[in-house]
Amino acid sequence: MKLKEYEGKNIFQKNNIIIPKGFVVSSIEEIDNLLDLPSDIVVKSQILVGGRGKSGGIKFATKDNVKEVCSELLGSKIKDTLVDELLIEEKLNIEKEIYVALTIDRAAKSIKLLLSLEGGVEIEELSLSMPEKIFKTDINSLDRDLLDNFLGEFNYNDKLIEIIGSMKNIMINLDAELVEINPLVIHNNMLVAADSKIILDDNALYRHLEFKKGKKSQLTDIEKKADDNGLQYVELDGDVGVIGNGAGLVMATLDVLKYFNLNAANFLDVGGGASVDVMEKALEIVLIKNGLKAVIINIFGGITKCDEIALGIVNYKQKNSLDIPVVIRMIGTNEGKAKQILNENNILTEDSMEEAAKKVNEIVNKGVK
Amino acid sequence: MSVLLNKNTKVIVQGITGNQGGFHTKLMKEYGTNIVAGVTPGKGGEVVEGIPVFNSVKGAMACHEVEWSCIFVPARFAKNAAFEAFENNLNVVLITENIPVHDTIAIMDVAKEKNLVIIGPNCPGIITPGESKLGIMPGHIFMKGNVGMISRSGTLTYEIINELTRNGIGQSTAIGIGGDPVIGLGFIDALKLFQQDDETEKIVLIGEIGGDLEEKAAEFINKNISKPVVAYIAGRTAPKGKRMGHAGAVIMGKAGSAEHKINVLKENSVKVAELPSEIVRLIKEF
Repeated sequence: MKLKEYEGKNIFQKNNIIIPKGFVVSSIEEIDNLLDLPSDIVVKSQILVGGRGKSGGIKFATKDNVKEVCSELLGSKIKDTLVDELLIEEKLNIEKEIYVALTIDRAAKSIKLLLSLEGGVEIEELSLSMPEKIFKTDINSLDRDLLDNFLGEFNYNDKLIEIIGSMKNIMINLDAELVEINPLVIHNNMLVAADSKIILDDNALYRHLEFKKGKKSQLTDIEKKADDNGLQYVELDGDVGVIGNGAGLVMATLDVLKYFNLNAANFLDVGGGASVDVMEKALEIVLIKNGLKAVIINIFGGITKCDEIALGIVNYKQKNSLDIPVVIRMIGTNEGKAKQILNENNILTEDSMEEAAKKVNEIVNKGVK
Repeated sequence: MSVLLNKNTKVIVQGITGNQGGFHTKLMKEYGTNIVAGVTPGKGGEVVEGIPVFNSVKGAMACHEVEWSCIFVPARFAKNAAFEAFENNLNVVLITENIPVHDTIAIMDVAKEKNLVIIGPNCPGIITPGESKLGIMPGHIFMKGNVGMISRSGTLTYEIINELTRNGIGQSTAIGIGGDPVIGLGFIDALKLFQQDDETEKIVLIGEIGGDLEEKAAEFINKNISKPVVAYIAGRTAPKGKRMGHAGAVIMGKAGSAEHKINVLKENSVKVAELPSEIVRLIKEF
């Protein structure tokens, strides 16, 4: 779960990392009470989309025109996301920008520190173009001499080490996957966090209930419905609905569809051992999306029993009008029983994933590959 | 021979009285797994599928030379369950999904310190066909043979195993290493085991988007593996930044894409199947 910039900055402040003076508003009226800022101001949309600055979500203002700037942003949409909160801050006198982040190192199975004196840029771009400009180390074996050597004439080394220590505490205490400050800036001889990016581990939200509500509000209606039913749902931009069991199999199904020039509209994983009800719910969720030309159901019955899946499909069909063609591929546990149930209800099945994708291709593209 | 597990390997099941634990204990026992005891704190003295239940791993170990524990406990108790197994010098198959990543890191630290093997978390486990299985893989689709299988996915493994078996190609051991960002036994560890195993002649590697385990494995295969390896990578069409069902299956910026993995595998002379069904053909070519 991504935290908004101001949420991250509040956490920074509690952990003794200096942040710019500022406050959050969700309406223009709130601005009057709180203007204890210098004359140059920056107004930042509190939305969770990448490239926020380039898309016009960050604007400079002065005390005189701050309300106008805010009313332009509040209620507008940036990359389809409604701007409903603004962070109004003092504009910093930036002498230098630094990049610092803690992230999970999958290979080392540990927390990794990433540091660069070229802050403010996309770190991914930098890691490709000038990897030598990034200092990387396991946080548990941070070598002060190596770091000092890397920093050269930086002069804020002790302060930076303190900040990294605070970031490590945040990472562990809040179960974060990422704690990033980009940029950390030198402003009036202080290190100040000009931005924040914190991603919390969804699997650990039960330990941090204060954030759990926020997670729900970040989901779309369909995602919420899937989440409530314990299903994994991912929205995609094609026109073929996809249901399967197991993430790897569903991913492979999307790839096989693409091989036949078809694009998935979504990705729904019913998980292992799905019941009749879960399958019925899965169809309901996938079919919420408009503009579907077909749905493919790909089940490999290991723990999942094919006859339960078949009954779920039949139940859905009996309760709802189903005008979109559904292509089913089902093999494994209780496959024979499942086929009998489906055949009795005039639903055909395919034996392989590729046969099923071909069938969908006939329906959607009239067989043109 | 096979790797890590055979019919004589003695195992315990932690979380044996739970829904999943009980159900899969039955299936494992039917398959031939040598389960000598189960553990659920507070349920000591009960019997599940004819297997005695103990309150602690230590209690379960009292009268047996156990090597492995298969853990089915809920995510929030998984760290302590794994620690308990490690304290008793057991290798672990950790089936549980949705474990907080910092808990997993702590689990890995202890496993490393004690030099024990951990498979998972969020994995289907390990099977040596015809002998024993630890975890949730459906035994009936496997067939004894000489293909070693390593995979980050459960059902996709079954899909490919099923095709292999239908075509008369059996398997020595199949290991599902798990779909989380941080996992124990990885591709390289498993490749080393299969390279040394007399019964394994060919290897199938199933990867997916996210991380760079496949890239590292590719370089390792080129330098150290003399047996033929065939790979399939799921997620060619996955968009950036979205988690595709598995916590670890996410493309971050330019890192972790299927395209990159496939290119690196090919550069290192590993044959990569474009469709899952092609694996059978590629395996037959060797």
